[in-house]
This record gives sequence, structure tokens and C-alpha cells, in this order.
Amino acid sequence: MIRNSVQDFEGLKRKALQIRRTVLQTLHKSQAGHPGGSLSAVEILVALYYRVLRIDPDRPEWEERDRFVLSKGHAAPVYYVTLARRGYFSESELATYDTINSRLQGHPDMRKTPGVDMSSGSLGQGLSVAVGLALGAKLAGRDSQTYCLLGDGECQEGQVWEAAMSASKFALDNLTAIVDWNELQLMGTLADTMPLPSFSETWRSFGWEAAEIDGHDLAAIVDALQAPRKAGVPRVVLAHTIKGKGVSFMENKVEWHARPVSSHELQEALAELTEVQS
Amino acid sequence: MTEAQEMMSSREAFGQELRALGHENPKLLVLDADLGTSTKTSIFAAQFPDRFIQLGIAEQNMIGVAAGLALAGWTPVTSTFACFASKRALDQIRTSVAQPCLNVKVVGAYSGILAGKTGITHQSVEDVAIFRAMPHMTVLSPSDAVETRAAVRAAVNHRGPVYIRTTRDPMRIVMDPNHKFEIGKAVLLREGSDVALITTGWMLLPALDAVAVLEAEGIRPAVLHVPTIKPFDEEAVEAVARSTGAVVTVEDHSIIGGLGSAVAETLSERFPTIMRRVGMCDCYAESAPNEDLLTKYGLTADNIAATARAVLACK
Repeated sequence: MIRNSVQDFEGLKRKALQIRRTVLQTLHKSQAGHPGGSLSAVEILVALYYRVLRIDPDRPEWEERDRFVLSKGHAAPVYYVTLARRGYFSESELATYDTINSRLQGHPDMRKTPGVDMSSGSLGQGLSVAVGLALGAKLAGRDSQTYCLLGDGECQEGQVWEAAMSASKFALDNLTAIVDWNELQLMGTLADTMPLPSFSETWRSFGWEAAEIDGHDLAAIVDALQAPRKAGVPRVVLAHTIKGKGVSFMENKVEWHARPVSSHELQEALAELTEVQS
Repeated sequence: MTEAQEMMSSREAFGQELRALGHENPKLLVLDADLGTSTKTSIFAAQFPDRFIQLGIAEQNMIGVAAGLALAGWTPVTSTFACFASKRALDQIRTSVAQPCLNVKVVGAYSGILAGKTGITHQSVEDVAIFRAMPHMTVLSPSDAVETRAAVRAAVNHRGPVYIRTTRDPMRIVMDPNHKFEIGKAVLLREGSDVALITTGWMLLPALDAVAVLEAEGIRPAVLHVPTIKPFDEEAVEAVARSTGAVVTVEDHSIIGGLGSAVAETLSERFPTIMRRVGMCDCYAESAPNEDLLTKYGLTADNIAATARAVLACK
């Protein structure tokens, strides 16, 4: 296996930093949204949209493209910022997020936002849709890949496991689930709310190959997503992340699941987000 | 024609039409949640095993997978019992299908109260109300086997989400083999001047029986059959109300939120008309033989005729 060298990722790290800054500015302007779960997923989206996905932002409807389903739809801010930076629409449009008549809704809406492959927002549903996309590609003889990002708390939804069973039945080796495993959810820790014991073993017992990685290590994410596939086996990448990553007073703080960012907090956060951390 | 030839269940008609459509439309996929022999998607499965996708007893996932297949360019038809489609998989249909307006068909079998002695859990008296309230949804409730075949064909050829009710038991065929079905169009089956019977689904049959009873009494009922609950043919409903001045709605569904409500909403805005609703009166049914159920809950020609007389007395 060819491992990606650290140097290849300096540019991507800068993109991740810029995206974090823009996410916070966007959230501050709207005085709504979900900072914690957006910041935990930054590197995952950067890896997907800058290295992994076969896409063409000039042709968002290109049939042969890879598909991405953001099942944890409340991470819409980081999704929109990534899509804008990648060229699906102008960054100036981010200022309309959550305002009337905007194409950028509180949760992703494929009918409104260029680049959004599937609407989401009601947790637990995205992996089923991703199974359908992957199965549909196989039935059509297309080699496009399907990726689905879930939250760890979201895996408390039973439908996720219905979907996991079916991915394995249909031998979807063109499907990759990624779990943003930040250990926190709206009311508290995942462990207190409803633990997921033997998480990676559970996926394996459903017939998936499972890898655990550092979800803020861009090289590790790309390596895990691009590792050679086992024929007929769906893949899950369990990405250990930090909710609120990058902003000291937001990191691992349950209250930052969904909380408006004040002007003062924005300034403090941006002051922390100036240099790429090694 | 013999008596046997004139009887067919709408689920059987659905299965046969799916098989016919399977020959014509290579993009058609049929998804099942382990009820295919009951819903009759088994007829399609026998002919097209490679395009029959078995998801097991997991209706929520079935709907999500259908949404993904639609995104990938396929035309998925899902089926389960109406009770499970409208409740168990409701949020999936709403969020993964209706909201993004994906080309997924949902067929609710065993709709209404005739669910083969299985009782309340398997009967469905709320499905029309639920799907009628859902933006982007088309809701079809055909009467007999002939109309069911035409409705299934129209649904598959329509781009966007469609919910179709089918029923379990063989019933007589009343529609002409050349019956034209158009989504959104009601059919005036009989003109009349005294009272309008407005029907949906298989309850057209007892309504036609009630016509014979009423005519024998010198009453001239009109019959407007409404196989599309949404989009609703408001013009046809207004027209029959204007020509009769009294309306009885007839459905195998709760009188709250179904055809009766749609007619009341329409007429109260366009042409206020005295009316009564025959259907399930805000109650669950029970498990029993069909005839006993229909008699107890008033889904009979006798009750339709009695309701027509009652509304006429108020004119």
C-alpha cells in the first residue's frame, strides 16, 4: 500500500484551517447551526472533496461522479463551506445561510444547493440511501463510489443497522461509511446517553470491514478511504474526532452541539485559528 | 363472462401490471420487505428475479434504499402493507422521498379494514390522511382490478413520488376494460339530480349497489368516483355538488382526513353543500370475517343508502 507522505498534506491542512474559520463566521452570522459537529468533520470533508471523490464541480449532475450523503445533516455549515470552496457556488452565498429564500438551508436540501447529492436532516436515514446509490451503480454497471458520513450518536438509530445488514447482503464494495466518532451528542456524552459497546466489532459482525483512525489526520483519512478493497465487503471508517475541534473553548464541550457564536467568541476562535498545527 | 372471470383482487391486478411493466421498462425495480406473496410483487419476482430486491423485514431501510436507487436513475416500486408504509416508514417516505421529490412508488397493500382477519395492527384507516397531507405526494386509491392496473401503470410512468392503495380480496370488476385512468381526474360514472355519492377505492362497489336501492325508491343519485385523492379533482366535486345539492362520501378509511375531508374542504370553499361521510368513524376495527366487519362498521350498500336518505331529508 502506498502511504501518503506528510508533505502532501500541508496544502490540505491550510484548507482545513480556512474552512474552520469560514464555518465559524457563517455560524456567527446566522446565530444558529451546529458548531461542534461541524468542526469535528472538517478534515473528513476536506479529504473527501479534495482527494477522494471523483467529482467535477462544474458538472454537479455528472452521472459518473462519486456520491456523498451527509447523513448527519446538522453538519450542513461545514458541508456548505467545503462545497463553496470547491467551486460548486460562490463563497459570498454563504452569507445567506439560513436566511429567507436562501439555497443554503439549515439542513442539506438537494433541490436547492448545487453539489448536494441527497437531502438529509432526520438522523439514521442516509446510510440506507447510500446503500441504494451503491446498489444502483452496481446494477447499472457504473464504477462510481458512494460515501456516507454519519454521526456516532446517529448510530443509535435502528435504521442504520437495517442499512448495514443490507449493504453486506448486496456485497457493496463500492460503499464506504464514515463515522464522525466525537463521543458527544446533544444531551451529553455518548457513553451516558446510549453507549455503543464494541463499536467496530459491531460493524464487523454485520459483515463490514472496519478501520479506526484519527479523524483529524488528513493522511490517515485519505489512506483509510483509498486502501485496497476486499471484494464484496462494504467498508466503514470509524474516525475518532474531537467535537468543536480547533477552538479551545469549544473542544469536547457538549454545550457547543448547537449554540450561537457571539462576536466575542468569534474573535477569540479566529485568533486561535491562524496557523496550521503540525 | 362467468362469475369467476369477473372477480379479481386489486393486489393481483397490481402484481400482473408490474410484470407487464417489467417487460416494457428496463429501469423498473421492485423492492420488498418480506411480504411479496401477500402484496403480489411475487408475480414480478418470478419473472424478473434480478430486478426484485428483497430487503427483509425492514421497511425503513427499504424506503431509503429506494430513494438511493431513484437517485441512481432507477424507478423503484416499494410495497408493504398500507399500515406499515404509512406509519413504520413514514419519516423515511417524508424525508428521503417526498421532500427531495424522488421517483419512488409506495404501494400500500391490505388498505382499509379488509386485511384477512389480521385485525387492527394490519388494517389501515389513516394512510390516505397521512399521505394527502404530505407535499409532493400523489395519492391513488383505485377501485377494482381494471382501475388498479391502469393506476399502477400511470404511477410508474409519472415522475415523482406516488402512494397507491391496493386491497386484499377478490372483488367484482365494474370498470370497462377500456376505462381511461388519468392521475388527478375523477370519473362521473352516473349522472343524477338528487344526491351525489362520491367514492374512492373499492367502496365504489357498495355505492353502485346503493344506487340500485335508491333508484327503486325513486331517488336519482349521481356517482362520482375519485381514484386520485391527490391532486384532488375539485372541479368535478364542485360540479356534482352543484347538480345534486347533497353529497355522501364513501371510503374504506377514517372519515377524518380522507376523501370525506377532501370533499368537505373543497365544497366549504367553493360551493357549500350539505353532506355526510360514510367511512370509519374515528375508531379502529377488529379481526373478523369481511361481511361481519363491513356490517358492524357501516361500509355497506345499506348504510350508504340510509345515509343518502338522511342527507336528502336535510335538503
